[in-house]
Amino acid sequence: MERKLLTKDSYKLLISKIISGKYQLVAPVKVDALVDFRRIKSADEITEDYIVTVSSAKSVAFPRNEKLFGFEKNNKKLEQTDFDFDSIPHTVLLGVRPCDAMGFASLTSIFCWDSVDKIYTTRLERTIIIGMSCAKADASCFCTSVKGNPGNTAGNDLLLTKTPDGDYITEIVTEKGAKLVAEFYELFREDKGAEKEPLLANVPEVFELDGILAKINSKFDDEVFWSEQAMRCLGCGACAYVCPTCACFDIQDESHGKTGQRVRCWDSCGLSLFTLHTSGHNPRQNQGQRWRQRLMHKFSYMPDRLNTVGCVGCGRCSRACPVDMNIAEHLKSIIDN
Amino acid sequence: METNNNNSFEPKVVAFVCNWCTYAGADLTGTSRIKYAPNVKIIRFPCTGRIDYMLLMKAFANGADGIIVSGCHPNDCHYTSGNFHARRRWMIFRNLCDFIGMDMNRVVFSWVSAAEGAKWAEIVNTTVDTIRQLGPATSFQKLIKNSVFEEVGNE
Amino acid sequence: MNNIQQKTKELLESGACTLIIGYEKGTGGKARPVFVRKAEHAAKLIFDESCDQNIAGYLYRQEIKNESKKAIVANNHTLKSIVELASENQIHEGDFMVLAFTAEGEIIELKSFEEIEKHVATLYHGLNDEDKATMQKIEAMTMEERWGFWENEFSKCIKCYACRASCPMCYCPTCTVEINQPQWIPVPSHTLGNLEWHVMRAMHLAGRCITCGQCAKSCPLDLPIHLLTYKVALDSEQYFDSVAGTSVCANNVLATFKTEDHENFIR
Repeated sequence: MERKLLTKDSYKLLISKIISGKYQLVAPVKVDALVDFRRIKSADEITEDYIVTVSSAKSVAFPRNEKLFGFEKNNKKLEQTDFDFDSIPHTVLLGVRPCDAMGFASLTSIFCWDSVDKIYTTRLERTIIIGMSCAKADASCFCTSVKGNPGNTAGNDLLLTKTPDGDYITEIVTEKGAKLVAEFYELFREDKGAEKEPLLANVPEVFELDGILAKINSKFDDEVFWSEQAMRCLGCGACAYVCPTCACFDIQDESHGKTGQRVRCWDSCGLSLFTLHTSGHNPRQNQGQRWRQRLMHKFSYMPDRLNTVGCVGCGRCSRACPVDMNIAEHLKSIIDN
Repeated sequence: METNNNNSFEPKVVAFVCNWCTYAGADLTGTSRIKYAPNVKIIRFPCTGRIDYMLLMKAFANGADGIIVSGCHPNDCHYTSGNFHARRRWMIFRNLCDFIGMDMNRVVFSWVSAAEGAKWAEIVNTTVDTIRQLGPATSFQKLIKNSVFEEVGNE
Repeated sequence: MNNIQQKTKELLESGACTLIIGYEKGTGGKARPVFVRKAEHAAKLIFDESCDQNIAGYLYRQEIKNESKKAIVANNHTLKSIVELASENQIHEGDFMVLAFTAEGEIIELKSFEEIEKHVATLYHGLNDEDKATMQKIEAMTMEERWGFWENEFSKCIKCYACRASCPMCYCPTCTVEINQPQWIPVPSHTLGNLEWHVMRAMHLAGRCITCGQCAKSCPLDLPIHLLTYKVALDSEQYFDSVAGTSVCANNVLATFKTEDHENFIR
């Protein structure tokens, strides 16, 4: 893989040039006590002090509310405004962790599994992902257990790894990344061949993925197992909404006065309403069944049907969970039981 | 927000009133031939106890500039205690709305009995005057406008 | 072995209890709820300052209601919630054992709602200094500043409903947000819908919020939404002399009234 070097000064310059150019720049920003992705106007807003951002990067391609089309009633006539593809901005997404970048492959497999979701794909096509390797990890991280690693290039267009001098080793992963480097070629220097591995965080493997994939289906009917796992689960949607691969959505029509819009918004299989039928029957009646769905979807249905694991080991769900439903720990117990 | 021919601001006021006192009172205003501002749209409820605070939120979201909530005087409720319950609810709700920065000058609460036709006219007129001075209510409308497009991926 | 582990081990061994709801050490050392059924697992249980989560909500969960002999390790928030839930007839005396702690850290068994009430009466009920300061800061703002403050906060809400799920007082089998005819609360997490949701949540907790702040602690985006329910709690106390979680026979603030309730804004 081709490598370049981006000095700390040219890194700042690159950011300013991106912002003043045709792109919008989305990067990790300190939002009060948290770090989350925001559209930024200056390089000073960016922070590097985070393990992962609170929310995943998925909202760049799959926003939490997406207006699909608008409608307006005028003198009994209904007029519809279609989705405006020109309104989708060209975005540079900076500071994405390798786990997050890997998540886009899972999302794409869902949004394109039979018909292609044009809004999602266009958003993703217009996004250049500049990843940032992890120098730090915490107790919730488990990317190495799902075939990722803190310096994984998959899913990124460029991957930066910060050296002790404050410069960035730049790995050019895709054509798109190469084009961006070409656009700002004067900022990149020849790579000095510094080793990347020692700069990465150490993320121990928590479980053996193949073992889970082989065993999870046989656990399906074990109601006691799932209800014990989900005993403390409160049934909120926090895990799904911060997850880089959760793709479930709801479609809602909203109107105020004479105008309105059809909106696609996030939904979660952890919420009891998710599967509730009009008749009042709910095929997933308890939290155990809903929790089972979450794990089965990621570690059985997606590998079986879409050839991808629906988990990237970012650990966001565990961090966001009010009752610490640590997914890695629960997965491990599938093998142990 | 509506504008008249002179292009000046005409307040839109929604009145949530109870069937037994204020609605009858407003009827009396009419039969007594008392003139009052035409800016008010009256919505009749069985009782002030039925007037959910969410209706007030929805009124603002749907373009109201001001709101009147009115019913029977204490001890006069057709259902004995609906207005007492409503009063407690408004005491809490009003402070909560103020706490989140809603303009509570735009919401007028009153007791208007079936015999108080003149009081109803006065309540409507003063409310419309107040709203006229405050101008159009824009805070909710701005939220709607910005609402769906605040995401990082949306421009 | 500390006294919580000893005590629960005895309860499980003797058969006095078949399930203990308590706390254990979770990811990165933070405390989380745990359900212990076997005496040999009692060693998992902990109780220290990190155990500040309100876990009273588990008492009325269907899976747990069915367990006949259960005990809950209750911190002060949980105790207050038990009192409030009892006043709303959601949980019943004798259905569970309560293990609480004295100020000195000694474990005590509270055998009746009356005993819990008495214990709760010895606890502090106000807000902590940090929350008091934030409340004052917000109240000192101009109306426009307050609106701006909350607009910014509500714009971050992703509507995961962790606040609702973690609040022991949010026990309705069908929540208003799940009503769609009419759709009171918009499903998408836009700022207007989020504002409507949080106002509604606070109103439904008027006189019922025991000010544990679990909603804000659970929020993945760290929204200070506990201040909204604190506001209604403080007003309920000021106007109606009602402090939630102090009396098993208390009447709900918004379900009752006094003819002499005093306000100064109704014309």
